[in-house]
Amino acid sequence: MSIPGSWFLVVAAMLFTVGAIGLLVRRNVLVMFMCVELMLNAVNLTFVTFARMLHDVGGQAAVFFVLVVAAAEVVVGLGIIVAIFRRRAGATADDLHMLKG
Amino acid sequence: MTPLLSLLVAQVPALRLPQVDYFALLPEIVMAGMAFVTLGARSLTRRGLPPAVWTLVTMATGLASGTLAVLLGRRVETHGAFAAVDGALAVDGFSVLFLVLVSAAVVLFALAAHPWIEREGEDGAELLSLGMLSASGAMFMAAANDLLVIFLGLEILSIALYVLAALNRRRAASGEAAIKYFVLGAFSSAIFLYGIALTYGATGSTNLARIGTYLAANVSTHGGLLLAGLALLLVGLGFKVAAVPFHTWTPDVYQGSPSPVTGFMAAVAKAGGFAALVRILFAAMPTLRLDWQPVLYALAVLSLVVGAILAVVQRDVKRMLAYSSISHAGFILVGVVAASAAGAASVGYYLLTYTFLIMGSFAVVTVVGGPADAHQDLEDYRGLARRQPLLALGFAILLVAQAGVPFTTGFLAKFYVLTAVIAQGGYVLAVIAMLAAVAVAFFYLRLVLVMYGWAGAGAGAGAGAVGPVGDADAAGAGEVVLPAGTTSLAGVGAGGGGEPDLAVLGGGGGLALATATSTGVEQAISGEGLVAAPEGLAAGDGDPVPFPDATKVVLALCVAFTVVFGIWPAPVVDFARHATLLFGLR
Repeated sequence: MSIPGSWFLVVAAMLFTVGAIGLLVRRNVLVMFMCVELMLNAVNLTFVTFARMLHDVGGQAAVFFVLVVAAAEVVVGLGIIVAIFRRRAGATADDLHMLKG
Repeated sequence: MTPLLSLLVAQVPALRLPQVDYFALLPEIVMAGMAFVTLGARSLTRRGLPPAVWTLVTMATGLASGTLAVLLGRRVETHGAFAAVDGALAVDGFSVLFLVLVSAAVVLFALAAHPWIEREGEDGAELLSLGMLSASGAMFMAAANDLLVIFLGLEILSIALYVLAALNRRRAASGEAAIKYFVLGAFSSAIFLYGIALTYGATGSTNLARIGTYLAANVSTHGGLLLAGLALLLVGLGFKVAAVPFHTWTPDVYQGSPSPVTGFMAAVAKAGGFAALVRILFAAMPTLRLDWQPVLYALAVLSLVVGAILAVVQRDVKRMLAYSSISHAGFILVGVVAASAAGAASVGYYLLTYTFLIMGSFAVVTVVGGPADAHQDLEDYRGLARRQPLLALGFAILLVAQAGVPFTTGFLAKFYVLTAVIAQGGYVLAVIAMLAAVAVAFFYLRLVLVMYGWAGAGAGAGAGAVGPVGDADAAGAGEVVLPAGTTSLAGVGAGGGGEPDLAVLGGGGGLALATATSTGVEQAISGEGLVAAPEGLAAGDGDPVPFPDATKVVLALCVAFTVVFGIWPAPVVDFARHATLLFGLR
């Protein structure tokens, strides 16, 4: 028995939505990072599924690029977080409210 | 080799490696390579070299990659546009224009950042190598002919910019700007990427040319999938170019980032984003024009209106420039809505001229800001003409050029965008754009008048407050503002040609300002812009503002470009007119 490709696409879309909503709702910056990772990995799942359905290796190759980019993004993001929250108690986004208008 | 492995190797068909045309890649290679060389050299020298070394290296890199881009442009002119690296890169007039634009931005960035580096005691190598890296990302975006390459360029551009925004470690606002930029940037990148995945699923390729041929030949059975992909791509790029309603990060990030970085961000990130937008829409999806045109129409109108309205009520100059950049994004989107070769050329021309306007403006904001970029309020610009007449004059020219006053490139940029959209029948959009330009001009003129000590600075001050009166608000700010007549005389102290300008300026009115600009220009062109000005003429007039040599050079370059090519537009306009796309709309 084989699972139709569209199921994977639906799962990926749901994962992406969870990530997007989490990013907008959660206030801890580290959790927001995880949500970004969730979104990127949902895209990876979409790429692999389409590559399977289209019998094209290009989509699978794309996943490697995305993985590398995601890793680079997290490195920079964590660096920024450490630089900012060194002087603060917790990593809560609501504490950052100097810039507004 | 084990038997199993040799069996596998025998089964795998011979790998077809793409032929890499290194000459076509050379501008990007030079830019990215020199970024790594700079970083490496910095880490190998124990105490570090003087900042001037890194500034000169960065300028040389920008000039070298700009020269290589021009050579590439020659080849495109003689041999025609071509696709390189197995169709992943397009080398055409459009990409050449953006390569030159980004190289110019790097040169201006090095000059504008130099006073900031010395003042803040930062490490110049870090800032400048990240700037070069970011620029190489924008170059890849502009030359990319594949959605994945666009994504990689976007990430190279953005990740370096996140770090640049955070670079001022002693200033909390810088970190806050960086984290806001990072979270929203990563969010928009993920959305953009999902758009790529859905487009790939619907068309079977990420290559723009192949998507274009597929869509031209087939009626897609996955219409919903394709449209969802298109929508996500538009949202992702909308964030990058700061179009309303995806603009919310812009004011905070522009305000918090170090001033020279803000200018670079405004110029290069916008250029990369719009280059990618134009290439995706015009090269890959011209057949879906009826679907994306209304969306961009709405984005353009919203950006124009919201940017203009919110720019006027700001008190922080960097926030004002952020909202004005949103309004500029709206104008550039008008050129995209035109969906024609003339539209693509007008977008390129607008971005090229905007680079010089915004980099020069933020060079001024950098020096006026003072230590830790603290002085950004409108009040800090009051009487700048007395403290630094030439600085104020240069800034005033760049501001009125952004407002679109004739005889500047800012006017021509708006003119060509409107011409392109009117040729396609977009009269209503053209009228909206012109009205928004008038509204946003008020903000630029207010800043100019504040610098020359005339205007009431209240945020809600109407045009009525713009008159030759000593200012009542000044008492609150603890400053002495001289009556207008005296001010104009004092303001002119340094340059003989200035006095009539100011007299006309007092009369008010856009046309008068145009005259003022064109007269002031001759000063700048004749090299007087480089002459040191006497420091703070009037005592008790706010902090004295320094005018470092690097800022003089960058301001003179930007003003000269703006005015010379505003009066004699042919070379740049011809350059932009050759900015046609290899694939898609012609």
